[in-house]
Amino acid sequence: MRNIFLFIRRYFNFLLFLLLQAFSIYLITHYNKYHHAVGSAMMNEVTGKINNQYSEINEFFLLKKKNKDLHLENERLRNQLRLNFETPDTTNRLVIDSIPFDTLGNHRKWLYQNARVVSNSVSAQNNFIVLARGAAQELMKDEGVVDTNNGVVGIVTDISENFAVVMSLLHKDSRISGILKNDPNGGGSITWDGKEPNYLSFSNVRQSAKAKKGDTVITSGITPTFPYGMMIGTIDEIRADKSTNNFIIKIKTTANFYNLQYVYAIKNFQREEIDRLVEKAKSRNL
Amino acid sequence: MSTLVKNILRFVLLILVQFYVLDKIHLHQMVTPYIYFLFILWMPFSLNRTWQMALAFLLGFTLDSFRHSPGFHAAACVLIAYLRPFLINLLIPQEGADSNYDEPSARSMGGVFPYMIYAGLLSLLHHGWLFFLEAMEFGNFWYFIIKTLLSTVISLVLILAAELLFYRKQKFRTNTV
Repeated sequence: MRNIFLFIRRYFNFLLFLLLQAFSIYLITHYNKYHHAVGSAMMNEVTGKINNQYSEINEFFLLKKKNKDLHLENERLRNQLRLNFETPDTTNRLVIDSIPFDTLGNHRKWLYQNARVVSNSVSAQNNFIVLARGAAQELMKDEGVVDTNNGVVGIVTDISENFAVVMSLLHKDSRISGILKNDPNGGGSITWDGKEPNYLSFSNVRQSAKAKKGDTVITSGITPTFPYGMMIGTIDEIRADKSTNNFIIKIKTTANFYNLQYVYAIKNFQREEIDRLVEKAKSRNL
Repeated sequence: MSTLVKNILRFVLLILVQFYVLDKIHLHQMVTPYIYFLFILWMPFSLNRTWQMALAFLLGFTLDSFRHSPGFHAAACVLIAYLRPFLINLLIPQEGADSNYDEPSARSMGGVFPYMIYAGLLSLLHHGWLFFLEAMEFGNFWYFIIKTLLSTVISLVLILAAELLFYRKQKFRTNTV
């Protein structure tokens, strides 16, 4: 027994070193899978507060650019107003019901919720974005996030009282499904190879699909996270993979991850029901 | 300023500079400038090794909390804090220099060259271990070796700049009255 104590005392520093390394590696391997394992909500609140201060100062310097962006966005939205359209035939006017959902909001499926970005990274291998909107402001886990031009940014993975952490598309676990806008047969999954920010790879697209450089890739709408037609990016490089009969496609993202300021989280009101149904189907199969 | 206050200020400032200045600079995807571990390089000689490692872990863990990547920087910091005393023993020139000066610097280590070796080796180890842990997840090793080397060079330039900008006065102390 005495020898054991002597041993521990003699090599205390080395043992402490091993212990701390082991703990760090435990954190590395467990964080991505179980977001709530290491009290991340508390860490979120603390760093979120500091980030908030910083972004308030930082925003001041970007006001000019932001104004321009809002201008462009306003323009785009105004162009979509029904008032702007009129059919040429005067006897046969097109009338569109301006309220496509009832007063209880029952038919609304998607709801856009704006949020401010307080922290963002592109240089790490696993990038996260922090939003200043949390559970208290009715944001939920697993909502999709797009930027002001409807370009996909990421998915909410972790949420605290006033802040939310978004797994950016620039993350090794990020995987969303996309299709070619011109050819709905060309579907595949979008991932990041960990190298260049703003460039993603689009895999599993069959060579029968019509794809060429410059084509737009949009969300497919088959997952409950994003509605159909959110811009993901444009094809930057395309070549045929001889061994698998698929294309190897590199796409440039629509969202510019270097300067995200305001984003929209998209809530799906049918999600809970879909999840419940899938859960039921799974449990029956087992 | 007492050593304690000085080190607390250093800790806070280096973390803030790292996260809010250096992390916002995007030189190239191969280069990530790091300077926050200067806190470990500048820790006093008199601090015992257990504390060095505990403080290094705290430093790394703080940066990890900001970057939402728990563990990566903590592991790298603990590694260099553990190896630091061995390196100082190897590089320090004359007997008792570590008790005559407070903390490692070009002066106390007997010249710019040994000090740069000290800083260079520790930053190489820090970057190497950090990028290695990241590479384990992606598995592209050549890419990470080049990234380690380039980032080390940039970090050394930053450390040199910090040394020149914030000149640390080092009193020579003797125990012979």
